[in-house]
Amino acid sequence: MTDVADVSDVLAPPVPGTGVEEAPDLHLPAPGGHGPEDGHVAGHGHEDHGPTGILKWLTSTDHKVIGLSYMITSLVMFYFAGIMALFIRLQLTSPHSSLLTFGQYNELFTMHGSLMLYLFAGPFAFGGLANYVVPLQIGAPDMAFPRLNALSYWLYLTGSITMMLGFLVAGGAASFGWVAYAPLSNATSSPGIGGDVWIMALVLTGFSAIFTGVNLVATIFYLRAPGMTMFRMPVFTWNMLVTGILILIAFPVLTSGLVMLFCDRHFGTHIFTVTGCHLVNGAVTNTCGSPLLWQNLFWFFGHPEVYILALPFFGIVTEILPVFSRKPVFGYKGMVFATMAIAALSTGVWAHHMFTTGAVLLPFFSFLSLLIAVPTGIKFFNWIGTMWHGQLIFNTPMLFCIGFLLAFLMGGVTGIMLASPPIDFATHDTYFVVAHFHQVLFGTAVFAGFAGLYYWYPKMFGRMLDDKLGKWHFWLMFIGFWLTFMPQYVVGLLGMPRRVASYPSNLGWQSYNVLSTIGAFIIAFSFAILLWNLWKSWRKPVPAGDNPWDAHTLEWFTTSPPPHHNYTHLPPIRSERPTWDYNHPDAVAVPHGIAAETASRARKKEPVA
Amino acid sequence: MRVEATILLFLGVFFGIVGIVYWFWSYEDAGTAMLVGTCTLGFLPGSYYFFWHRRMGQRVEDREDASIAEGAGDINSFPSSSIWPFVMGMGAFVTLISLVFGIWLIFPGISLIITALVGVTAESRRGGHI
Amino acid sequence: MVGGALVLAGCKLPTFGEYSGSTTQGRSEFHLWQLFFIAGLVVGGFVLLLILWAIFKYRRKSEDMPKQTQYHTTVEILYTVVPILIVIGLFVFTVLAENKVDATPAHPGATITVNAFQWGWEFEYPGGPGSGCANPASSSANQNDCVKVIGQTTQDPTMVIPTGTNVQINLKSLDVLHGFYVPAFNFSRYASPGYTTTFDFNALHTGDFRGQCTQLCGLYHSLMFFNVRAVTQAQYASWLHAQQAALSANPSSVPKLPSGVSNGTASTSSPSNNLGGDLYGD
Repeated sequence: MTDVADVSDVLAPPVPGTGVEEAPDLHLPAPGGHGPEDGHVAGHGHEDHGPTGILKWLTSTDHKVIGLSYMITSLVMFYFAGIMALFIRLQLTSPHSSLLTFGQYNELFTMHGSLMLYLFAGPFAFGGLANYVVPLQIGAPDMAFPRLNALSYWLYLTGSITMMLGFLVAGGAASFGWVAYAPLSNATSSPGIGGDVWIMALVLTGFSAIFTGVNLVATIFYLRAPGMTMFRMPVFTWNMLVTGILILIAFPVLTSGLVMLFCDRHFGTHIFTVTGCHLVNGAVTNTCGSPLLWQNLFWFFGHPEVYILALPFFGIVTEILPVFSRKPVFGYKGMVFATMAIAALSTGVWAHHMFTTGAVLLPFFSFLSLLIAVPTGIKFFNWIGTMWHGQLIFNTPMLFCIGFLLAFLMGGVTGIMLASPPIDFATHDTYFVVAHFHQVLFGTAVFAGFAGLYYWYPKMFGRMLDDKLGKWHFWLMFIGFWLTFMPQYVVGLLGMPRRVASYPSNLGWQSYNVLSTIGAFIIAFSFAILLWNLWKSWRKPVPAGDNPWDAHTLEWFTTSPPPHHNYTHLPPIRSERPTWDYNHPDAVAVPHGIAAETASRARKKEPVA
Repeated sequence: MRVEATILLFLGVFFGIVGIVYWFWSYEDAGTAMLVGTCTLGFLPGSYYFFWHRRMGQRVEDREDASIAEGAGDINSFPSSSIWPFVMGMGAFVTLISLVFGIWLIFPGISLIITALVGVTAESRRGGHI
Repeated sequence: MVGGALVLAGCKLPTFGEYSGSTTQGRSEFHLWQLFFIAGLVVGGFVLLLILWAIFKYRRKSEDMPKQTQYHTTVEILYTVVPILIVIGLFVFTVLAENKVDATPAHPGATITVNAFQWGWEFEYPGGPGSGCANPASSSANQNDCVKVIGQTTQDPTMVIPTGTNVQINLKSLDVLHGFYVPAFNFSRYASPGYTTTFDFNALHTGDFRGQCTQLCGLYHSLMFFNVRAVTQAQYASWLHAQQAALSANPSSVPKLPSGVSNGTASTSSPSNNLGGDLYGD
């Protein structure tokens, strides 16, 4: 509910000489427009508070509340999945550990992967941070479809609960890997409702993601503030736009595949299964299903999915590096085009996960996969260019960004190796691949994700996180990270496959596994420091102010936390960093695509006619 | 809307080319179908925006020299405080798990969904709870 | 380009952690790996140096406003074009190695069918002349006439192959997806139900090489080991002949393995791990 008092602030004339322009009148309805749960009578003019307490949360459509709910829920999922990872690492510390049965182990890595990829990394990025930050960054009062936004969250929450229900059902949780390859995932090989619960959880979260994708694209296309042209949007918003489009490309394919899988499991169809169908001369006929089809469908979703996970975090890094280098983003247009190129290419490379089937067009997928290195490299060089000749401030968000750069550099190089089919033949499904994807995912979702958390926390809560504790968090996690995953590269090259609960004791693999486990526990310990930091900021708040970082983009112009409907005033938007232009009129870079005269006018602080 | 149209049309063209190359190189059905679908995903909204832009020209947020005051007025309707997304979410949840835990659950599930649909439509007609 | 590969083969480069490949196909892959590793070191090292340089050189030293450089077209074009060229080069070498690894020339020296199942392996060889199984992969073969090697309770199944000639493997699965992986050969391939995939091994020397299933296939996926034993062509011929004779004499006979012959070249992996019965007690 918006107070009448807020409206009168908006209508106040601007203070002369400051160049600040008033926010547009939101044309809130005349008092008298009431919703079903509000008992107030029209026209009283007093403040309507609306629902309070738990009902306020259940009925909120404010993108900030929804974004925070997403972030908290996804971090809870992250902790659950992390505990599963610790169990996995404990099991692998000795070659024939009896800590877990084979069945329990299969459930644990399936759920670890599923939780991390479906319930943490994606929702934190596009449901959490993007939901919160994108409307602020483009000067919008909310997302384009607030109730759809709320629905997305409830679908995500119920999907997460459904996924976790797997542990409580008879037969245990799904145990066929987060990729659920057919025919292992069919009713014969994986009976039990754990698999069905997993499918339903993904249908729920899949629709949640699709609705969020719709919301993101619509918001960015339709709700930008005046002067905020597409090529003045922050790179984080650009990345979220591309992510939204990728979600619309990829998730429907997954959902369709899941429906087909459910039909195979329960309605007697043979879409993916071969058993029981007529073989003619030992070969399958067209009446048979195809396990290969599941792989094609899944990976057409699965590869864009990992870029859906990565691009938002690339965006976070592109926000933070300029602020703490005190320079604009280097190569803004290059960044935008590189992001689009990454997204376009990523939709064409899905079968590089299927090189070892012997049934895919190797050169096509190999070439496109290798080619993704080019736009990724462009982004890397632009990040470095942003720091070049800057005045770098190494606080916690910046440190996490550097951690991301280093982790993703090596993860990206090993990805190039995997893009070559012969090398993939030698390393597929070994710990080499496990180390590769953990480097890229951990580098993005965890390092860059925490960078975003530390960076935007003051905006969201109006208080600072302790920087010293943050640095402890970073260094411990950094050391733990390399210690966990570097030995996995080595042991993968030695021949250790993935998804194994035990391994031979006479091959010398144990020492690498022990190192990896130690690293995992160091990472786990570093999270305790984050929790302590969060608790400390709550007990002894240090006020943040509107713009503690002297940051560039529009969200730093409003209060911390932002008011309902985000802005009471907006600065003129003449470049991709309107807040910086307003605060540092002398340090205006030449903005892309604007006439020189307008640039010089902005420098002179004149209000634009 | 020019940039938006260009992005989507570019997607359509790109996946059209990739789809054609892929089909004639591999004759693989599933991948080609998905690439063609993606091509359509680009062309449909992209051509809509293209023709819209040709007819309507630049909006306030497309103009580089626009001032904040020019954007004054109604932006959009932003319904606040609605219980119906929650009800719809619960309905979807119950409906889907009815397929796993007992088909009888589909009755409360569908009821919740229908209630939510009716509720959200009525709420919109009343102007939302803005 | 071929010269470059030869140079690489000639100089004793480090293995960078991989097996050097005990088949010609594995050796081709290994050289490609070395190339990619070196390229990765060079490119990755260069970028790493840039990052470290930026971190150390451009630490905040004063409150001066740095120059607000927003773009530099020449540099941007450079770091777009050069990576494209590198990618094209890597792709060309990939295709060259790929053609060698995937080639299945006609008239192989041996033909073996590998059936993967939950949770073991079965290796099928042709039956003797006059048996109904001249080629186990053929749909008209009488499977009972093929020489079959399967695992025992205390020993993993061993696939016997001759060295120095093309051995054509026809791989399929009897139930779910499995992964046929021999680390020392730098090679793996999925065994799928419903279609057969074919590839060649051309072993460079004798020895024992361990293998394992790499594609998750259910509860005992971790225990799906097998062995590959490469013997000389003469040994292979006499071994196979003996098994075929034993089979035609007694259809329920179980093949015996030839003794592993080491020619002094160190086997790059350990022999099969004898699993006791207790591990199946999970």
